Amino acid sequence: MQTLSLRSLASRRRFLGTAGAATLTLSPLPALADAIIRLPLPGGPDERSITTAFPQKGPLILQRTRPPLLETPFEVFDQSVFTPNDKFFVRWHWANIPSTVDVNSFRLAVHGHVSQSLSLSLDDLMAFPRVELVAVNQCSGNSRGYFLPRVSGGQWSHGAMGNARWTGVRLKDVLDRAGVKAGAVQVRFNGMDEPVVPDAPDFKKSLDIDHARNAEVMLAYAMSGEQLPLLNGFPLRLIVPGWYSTYWVKMLNDIEVLDQPDANFWMKTAYTIPDTPHANVQPRQTGFKSVPISRMVPRSFITNIKPGDSLQSGAPTLARGIAFGGDTGVARVDFSSDGGKTWQQAQLGKDEGKYSFRQWQIRFTGPERGSQVLMVRCTSSSGETQPNTPNWNPSGFMRNVIERTSVIVS
Amino acid sequence: MLRQALPIALITVAALAPLGAHADEKLTLKSVNVDLPFGDRMFPDGPGSEAVNNSCLACHSAGMVLTQPALSKEQWHAEVEKMRTAYKAPIDPKDVETIVNYLVAIQRAK
Repeated sequence: MQTLSLRSLASRRRFLGTAGAATLTLSPLPALADAIIRLPLPGGPDERSITTAFPQKGPLILQRTRPPLLETPFEVFDQSVFTPNDKFFVRWHWANIPSTVDVNSFRLAVHGHVSQSLSLSLDDLMAFPRVELVAVNQCSGNSRGYFLPRVSGGQWSHGAMGNARWTGVRLKDVLDRAGVKAGAVQVRFNGMDEPVVPDAPDFKKSLDIDHARNAEVMLAYAMSGEQLPLLNGFPLRLIVPGWYSTYWVKMLNDIEVLDQPDANFWMKTAYTIPDTPHANVQPRQTGFKSVPISRMVPRSFITNIKPGDSLQSGAPTLARGIAFGGDTGVARVDFSSDGGKTWQQAQLGKDEGKYSFRQWQIRFTGPERGSQVLMVRCTSSSGETQPNTPNWNPSGFMRNVIERTSVIVS
Repeated sequence: MLRQALPIALITVAALAPLGAHADEKLTLKSVNVDLPFGDRMFPDGPGSEAVNNSCLACHSAGMVLTQPALSKEQWHAEVEKMRTAYKAPIDPKDVETIVNYLVAIQRAK
């Protein structure tokens, strides 16, 4: 056992050495798991540690230490429509993440199919017109742990999402400074993270040129009034309102204007979904066409009543939660306390903008005694309503079924 | 109806004030230097655990593998091949079967 551990460690360090991972911290930290949480994932394993071991982060659900996958505990969503920075979920693809960022030497490169390549300091960027936008950032695989049959990947509950006020500059303004040449088709974004093994695909994502220039896509240097936590992309993150988080490239330091469609692994192979309604296919179905995942779809959650909670029959009861429309606003939220037989329209809270979480609430009378199912359903401003049946695809992407909360009424 | 909603709305706004405050003109960015935990946990001992430790831990810590749902041998094989071919994991092709058998066995043991 001793020999084995030492050999494994040596092998690991050799790898990190060849990858030139000077920025990766090798000093072992003590195991800082200080509590256990149960995520009600069907069939398990359902135990996760709550970790406080990550810099600039409070207690989060540990899905993976390296590269970090950290989930927001669900009760956080009951406290505000804004997710605190230190509770905001974290997801990285490669473990070679710079642990040091110097704000004076940082540069954003803008190059490719442009009239003039740029190398912008953070001061240069902050001199562009400042814009702000509230937007939900949600992992493509949020709630993957509820897919049935289960699929491999990060076994998230519902906490791979968050909502923040993003401050920064328009991507369009930066692209205009460089001067996009005729014939540009896409813009590719790369961050400072790198693979730890040779020849592995660096994480890069692309947007079509018209999307990139739509005046809503941002480069954010602040998140809810403060600089971004390093694990959320300090010092600069791409904000793609209404689209899944895979496009929100963290530690963004390279923008390349392309005159050919991007065929890199992370666009062509990873993060693709079946080109079907709700990205839905049958388990074991093959031969369907796949396309890159893109816009988000409406979702809603009850945040003040948990599965298994007890309610009182006939008693005035309050349910509240959050909803979001996906790539547009929330038109209405409906609530059912009888497993979907009858629905009542909930009241909506303050509108923080169409890409934000929206709080909802409703007062209802505790239903009949026994097991009951509470449900909440969001309809977006474009008339899209959450479906009644769950979607399924092999990657566990784009879940937006009406969620069900089973309670005991006594 | 709207009147009823007010108390909660007020609580929300009050709780939000420090977070939702707009970035002011004085926002200045400060350099950051942090330590990220490595995750030194090894895979549980068993036939093939040495190959698993040597092949998998270069790229990621053990935890997420150990919290995967029950996957069939065929699914684990696809995972290992994806790691080897798409993500260039340092897996010796002759170790693939050993690794797959290990992953199936530890799930059965749970």
